[in-house]
Amino acid sequence: MPELKKNMRLLISQNIGFTAATIILVVLWLLYNFLHPRGFSSAVLIQNTNESVAIVFVAIAQTLPVLLGGLDLSVGAVMTLANCVASVLVSGTPFQIILGMMITLLTGTAFGLLNGLVVVYGRIQPIIATLATGSIAIGLALFIRPQPGGDVDGDLGWALTNDLYELVATYGWWDADAGWFAPISWFPVPLLIILVISFGIWIPFKRTITGRTVYAIGSSESAAFMSGLPIDRAKLAAFTLAGFFAACGGLYLAIQTSSGNADISQAGSYTLNSIAAVVLGGTSLLGGIGGAIGSLVGALLLRLLAFYFRILSIDPLLQPLIEGVVLLVAVSLGALRTLQTKNRLRLFR
Amino acid sequence: MSKLAPIMRLSGISKNFGATHALKDVDFSCRPGSIHAILGENGAGKSTLIKIMSGVLKPTSGNLYIDGREASLQSPTQAASKGVVCIFQELSLVPDLSVAENIFLDSPPKKWGMIDRKKQRVAAQALLARIKCEDIDPSELVKDLSLSRRQMVEIAKALGKKPKVLILDEATSALSSQDVETIYDLLEDLKCEGVSSLFISHKMQEVDRLCDTLSVFRNGQHIETFAKGERSDEEIVKLMIGRSVDAQYPDKRPLIKRETQLSISDLKWGGELQGVTLKLGKGEILGLGGLDGQGQKELLLALFGVLRGVEGKVEIDGRAMTMRSPASAKTSPTNFALVPEDRKTEGLMLEMSIADNLMIASLASISNGPFVSSTKERDAVAKGIKKLQIKVGSAKHPVSTLSGGNQQKVVIAKWLQTNPNIVLLNDPTRGIDVGTKQEIYKLIHELAEQGKSVLLYSTDYAELIGCCDRVAIMYEGKISAELEGDEVSEAAILSAALNIGDVLEDEKRETFNA
Amino acid sequence: MNNITTLFSSEDKPILIASGFIVVILLIGTAYTLATQGTMPLLTANYLMLQLQSGAFLGIAAAGIMVVILLGHIDLSIPWTMTAAAMMATTVGSELAIPTGIAVGLAVGVINGLGVGYLRVPSMIFTLGLDSAMRGLMVAHTGGYAPADQATPLMRYLASGDFLGIPMSLCVWTAVSVIIFLILRKTTFGKSIYATGNKEAAAYLSGIRTRRVILGAFVVSGVCAALAGVLLAGYSAKAYQGMGNPFLLPAIAAVVLGGTHILGGKGRYVGTLVGVILIVLLNSVLSIMQMPEAGRQIIYGTVIICMLLVYGRGQKISS
Repeated sequence: MPELKKNMRLLISQNIGFTAATIILVVLWLLYNFLHPRGFSSAVLIQNTNESVAIVFVAIAQTLPVLLGGLDLSVGAVMTLANCVASVLVSGTPFQIILGMMITLLTGTAFGLLNGLVVVYGRIQPIIATLATGSIAIGLALFIRPQPGGDVDGDLGWALTNDLYELVATYGWWDADAGWFAPISWFPVPLLIILVISFGIWIPFKRTITGRTVYAIGSSESAAFMSGLPIDRAKLAAFTLAGFFAACGGLYLAIQTSSGNADISQAGSYTLNSIAAVVLGGTSLLGGIGGAIGSLVGALLLRLLAFYFRILSIDPLLQPLIEGVVLLVAVSLGALRTLQTKNRLRLFR
Repeated sequence: MSKLAPIMRLSGISKNFGATHALKDVDFSCRPGSIHAILGENGAGKSTLIKIMSGVLKPTSGNLYIDGREASLQSPTQAASKGVVCIFQELSLVPDLSVAENIFLDSPPKKWGMIDRKKQRVAAQALLARIKCEDIDPSELVKDLSLSRRQMVEIAKALGKKPKVLILDEATSALSSQDVETIYDLLEDLKCEGVSSLFISHKMQEVDRLCDTLSVFRNGQHIETFAKGERSDEEIVKLMIGRSVDAQYPDKRPLIKRETQLSISDLKWGGELQGVTLKLGKGEILGLGGLDGQGQKELLLALFGVLRGVEGKVEIDGRAMTMRSPASAKTSPTNFALVPEDRKTEGLMLEMSIADNLMIASLASISNGPFVSSTKERDAVAKGIKKLQIKVGSAKHPVSTLSGGNQQKVVIAKWLQTNPNIVLLNDPTRGIDVGTKQEIYKLIHELAEQGKSVLLYSTDYAELIGCCDRVAIMYEGKISAELEGDEVSEAAILSAALNIGDVLEDEKRETFNA
Repeated sequence: MNNITTLFSSEDKPILIASGFIVVILLIGTAYTLATQGTMPLLTANYLMLQLQSGAFLGIAAAGIMVVILLGHIDLSIPWTMTAAAMMATTVGSELAIPTGIAVGLAVGVINGLGVGYLRVPSMIFTLGLDSAMRGLMVAHTGGYAPADQATPLMRYLASGDFLGIPMSLCVWTAVSVIIFLILRKTTFGKSIYATGNKEAAAYLSGIRTRRVILGAFVVSGVCAALAGVLLAGYSAKAYQGMGNPFLLPAIAAVVLGGTHILGGKGRYVGTLVGVILIVLLNSVLSIMQMPEAGRQIIYGTVIICMLLVYGRGQKISS
């Protein structure tokens, strides 16, 4: 038992930012539900998670380039591109729907790969390269969908934005009222999607040499090189995965709103919020520290702040102010350590 | 010496960096089941040799054979796959990953294509146990470990690659005596298993106790290889020094009594400075010697206001001073100047012009209010370039276009523009050609003649002897010996630095205890 | 020939390429108008003046952000600094309008400078947070609607009036350009900016107070953004929500296309001027061609990538 305790302590101290964010999220979420007139109900959870899926995926997408020590300013745009692609393709027969979803995800993934190629072989700084490719992505999105709108399969939209009961009932996989199903039938589908995709892809990726190399590059590229790790491959993989996750966000947004919208300022705010979520989740902008699960928590935290405005009937106009102040305070607290650095030369690394 | 065929053999290996020859036509071999010491002064070519053996550098010419077959090593990974593993001084660990992850960084145990973290941790634990480091938790992050623990992890990482040739580059310098014992035992074990260990160390006791074969390098050449016991320590030191102190230094200055300009007492900072007490006379050139990493750099940084939380007293002309930043240290009343350790990252803005680099520390002297006066700037730049005879095409070219020697002259010239009283020099001639070195020595003397006090840290003992009025040797964050006049000899400096006073001439012994 | 290569340093190369590209844009645009309308309005002084007048807002914002980029930092708070300055200026009104707007920029710059220079929070996230906070303040201040207050006559005159036939906004841009040019070229502050951006450790060890330099650079950026915002409010007669949003990314792109290195230390102000003109003309030619927004964005991104690839290739060959 003391062994386990020690390991837990280590795990917590090594992920102090993530731990703090998670605790704050849980506390705020509990409090939120106490304050909410219909707190702790499936309906509230469904609504909340529905409104969080897109930003969660975009934040996870942003995590990978940030872990490398870079930044991807195109995640919001790629999300928007996927959103527009999906708004055109995800309809028709079940086969067409599935094909459309796959093409949507493939589009984002390919775009991520393009980002990686420009960064690795074009040797352009990620922030500038993705600034430019982001513009291209928005252009393509506008090309596909000059006006907001779309025609996404309604059943799919209903099934994926409610609880498991509705999912099963919509497609008639089995008797949704079956007794064995009752204990879990309340579970929100959007939450399931977030958990399955983020854990299902992130955890295995982190446990490959490529994933490990992503961390090593952000932590010390020279040590990574000295140890013979595959640096180019890891960078390509990071940007490609970022494209994939961004596409997941776009696809869900299309299903949820049953439309696509190539809105430039919306894409921009998704990108900026993704950076904020990544930082709140304990990932260092200098690279090497953090992870996608942290960004998931960070994104949920950002959304939860917004939900508070509703139930406390605070003027929603104040929302960006509070978000900004929370972000500033969080990063400034994290930076207080630098004021104690004993060798000032170390500040400049 | 054993009769076994060499496991690794170098034939006619040379390595040039631009005009400097780091290695000249080296033949060298090491045999299985031996512990082989490589000895030599700083700059003798030891580290270049091991970098070539471990695939970090490619030789300019010559061949390398492993197990009798010619091998061309393109990378450290490739060298490791052929069984050549090096434990570097500059750590190759990734700070934000855990100990276990670092030990198996590029070849972790896998299960279903994924890294098996449990197995990885267990295997790491086993390796750590082998070097008696059970206190290191494999799940801990490398950045949270002390320097000596990191060094042990580095050793475990090397062991994990199952080496046939294990190269240890001063791997024990950061370790506690207990860990050093562990490493000794480990090397003995490996010897029995037929591993060839190459051991680079400055500590003669260590070499005496551990190694069976010794090779001495000097000036990039392999001087001699012999079995332990064939030569006395005295002879070995002579082989390492080799040359006489020649005429490349300016004439020795007469020893005179000087009024104290800078007086440091009981200066402490972290673990690196453990109470330094030192006096520097006006117009004096005081050399700072000792093995690398005994606190010399930190002493200079502390004086220049870079370090926070320095304890102790610093007096200039009898007045107590505190330096809170380089910006305050360089101005009156302290008037320090610091030529830093690494000219490429700390001394120069490489992409900027020679003129800008020359003037960056003394912008106030060439400005009217906030505006830089172009005429004043031009004059000052021309004067600086002329004074140090910096060979430039145009002062507008980036400083990166200059040779290393001329770059260093720019760093020094930059500080002469501020007209400092006390000049701190951190190994100013490292990696610089002989001609420029002589000019720098001459310049240091000129400065001293003008009444400026110079504190010169150098890793080159000959330089300390040739250039300085007095030499202070640092050991573990303290001044361990102060030598002046005839006491300053290479043998005295080397033995004071190595802490092996008893093997050398008896009449010098009292200075070691000073 | 040898003289020519030494005459142009590596910093001039992006500027020359970008200038060449401006000519190409003008030629393509003119060829298009000749073919479709038989006229060539692009090459008239009047048209070019008009483009520069509307480009002045971008130009002034880009001048400020360039100073920050030279340090290797970035200022993402430009959009709402512009908007906040414009809104506060119109709210206060009278002759205090413009000083109030500038004061907003000054305050933003000081806060950013403290966060980035002294606390050493990455500029990316600190300026982003401040941008969001200011958006919140402004939305709360206006209730989310465009404020009813009108721009003062002076603001309008500076933005859309003219002086001896030259648009006033162009005059303001010129004045800002001269100031920034002088700061970067002729002052100790300017030299310290380049030194800090190039190698902060070396600059620090040369006795430069690098934290103050960072603070100063963010103040320059904040003030420039505020000025651009005030002028923009004068141009459109009033301030409105999100008026600064379309300026951030083009400003960064203009600076980078002008040859300033995104990681700092290298770049000339002339380059930024050329970069701004390039982007303004590219936009106007595309709108003459009635290019839909989709095509514009794609061309825009492609141009940036291609030009950076060309710059990078040149550097590799020369080294």
